[in-house]
Amino acid sequence: MATTQRDVLLDPLINNNPIAFQVLGLCSALAVTTKMSTALVMALAVMAVTALSNTAISLIRNLIPPSIRIIVQLTIIASLVIITDQILQAFVYDISKQLTVFVGLIITNCIIMGRAEAFAMQNPPGLSFIDGLGNGIGYGAVLMAVAFMRELFGSGKLFGITILPLTTEGGWYQPNGLMLLAPAAFFLIGCLIWGLRSWKPEQIEEDFHVGALLEPGHEGSVR
Amino acid sequence: MQHSTTYIVGFSIVVCVVCALFVASAEVSLRPLKELNARLDKQKNILSVAGLMQPGEDLDAEQIRVLFENSIQPRMIDLSTGEEDVSIDPTSFDQRAAARDPARSRRASSNPSKILRVPNQALIYEVIKNDEITSIIIPIEGYGLWSVLYGYLALAPDMRTILGITYYDQKETAGLGGEVENPNWKAKWVGRKAFDERGRVKIAVRKGPAGPPDKDPYGVDGLSGATITSRGVTNMLQFWLGGEGFGPYLSRLRDANAGA
Repeated sequence: MATTQRDVLLDPLINNNPIAFQVLGLCSALAVTTKMSTALVMALAVMAVTALSNTAISLIRNLIPPSIRIIVQLTIIASLVIITDQILQAFVYDISKQLTVFVGLIITNCIIMGRAEAFAMQNPPGLSFIDGLGNGIGYGAVLMAVAFMRELFGSGKLFGITILPLTTEGGWYQPNGLMLLAPAAFFLIGCLIWGLRSWKPEQIEEDFHVGALLEPGHEGSVR
Repeated sequence: MQHSTTYIVGFSIVVCVVCALFVASAEVSLRPLKELNARLDKQKNILSVAGLMQPGEDLDAEQIRVLFENSIQPRMIDLSTGEEDVSIDPTSFDQRAAARDPARSRRASSNPSKILRVPNQALIYEVIKNDEITSIIIPIEGYGLWSVLYGYLALAPDMRTILGITYYDQKETAGLGGEVENPNWKAKWVGRKAFDERGRVKIAVRKGPAGPPDKDPYGVDGLSGATITSRGVTNMLQFWLGGEGFGPYLSRLRDANAGA
């Protein structure tokens, strides 16, 4: 297990990426990546929630009775998500309208529960904060990469600024409508995982069999 | 580590109280900002349904205020007579509050939009261009699948042709019923007729695609996967354009136009 702060921060970016390696948090990754701006706000929101929930849970980790630890974690995470949602509504109203329910659904994002249970319950607050931040950045990096491809090829824009002028607006680029639909995110994430595992073969699960999906470590992995 | 039941109950109470305090203080301290945003968003929707703002166009708060003040004239309408009611100040009028107040509203007859009470007076907007009214914007609301949808409908001066529709507050399923906010779908309403020649409300969201405007002037494409939301949109238009809603006001305007 990674122990130094540097490892804890950088490990989730490539080696242990929550989306590409742990295959968590896909639901929102499909939904909010049609545009860079929504993906960025979502990434920042998840980053804030993972970092703060990890810190808060780590601070009281020795006080939490084990029998109710999951519900306590969930209460803390849910409160942080509500506060994040309120802040988005107050400061970036238009984007929060586009993100609709997906900010609220950060509660069910397995990355956050996963890091709280797997890391923050065993590690001190400082390290837990960095772990949460690292996982948030790892999630955000994949989100931004997918959103970059989808917005560029789906609507010829990046952050709403036209890069490839569309044929409908007198340019030359015929947009790829598939990119704006959810399956495109699946293809892109699939290619990303393929690329990452060709580069780092140690990420390939050995002896992969269907039964592995039923083992405890894989629960909720498609969420 | 073993914990007593008292400890577990006490611990959960403390966690809940602390979390509730954080959530409540965020809600209270951010409320003025959120209310300002909601008001701006409403004005933006009125401007966009009036065709004064293109979809995707981004104006700052000051530009919206100026544009709104220069080209939009709010008016209070008495719904039962259809006459203007100058005794109420439109700037402070809140239709949702008025509809809840028994002194300022009446019970609606049973309707599929699940509208229980109708306010006695309602706020409409006139869009003014070169001293001429180019459009009338009326508020609409009604039940869809999960939520009440709140929006606006813009009618041309003939009081029959639709110039635009918009929803600014709804909680329908994102991607299905939530597509009522899709600019492409909203664009399909432009030029359709809300009333037939005899003044009956005919506009309806079809199941599946509607015909071209000359063949099917009263139909609009349905939202696929959102039959109940589509039906809700039809129901609320039937209600608000009808006798209990803005019917008397609109027919008065139609008659005035025909007489002129």
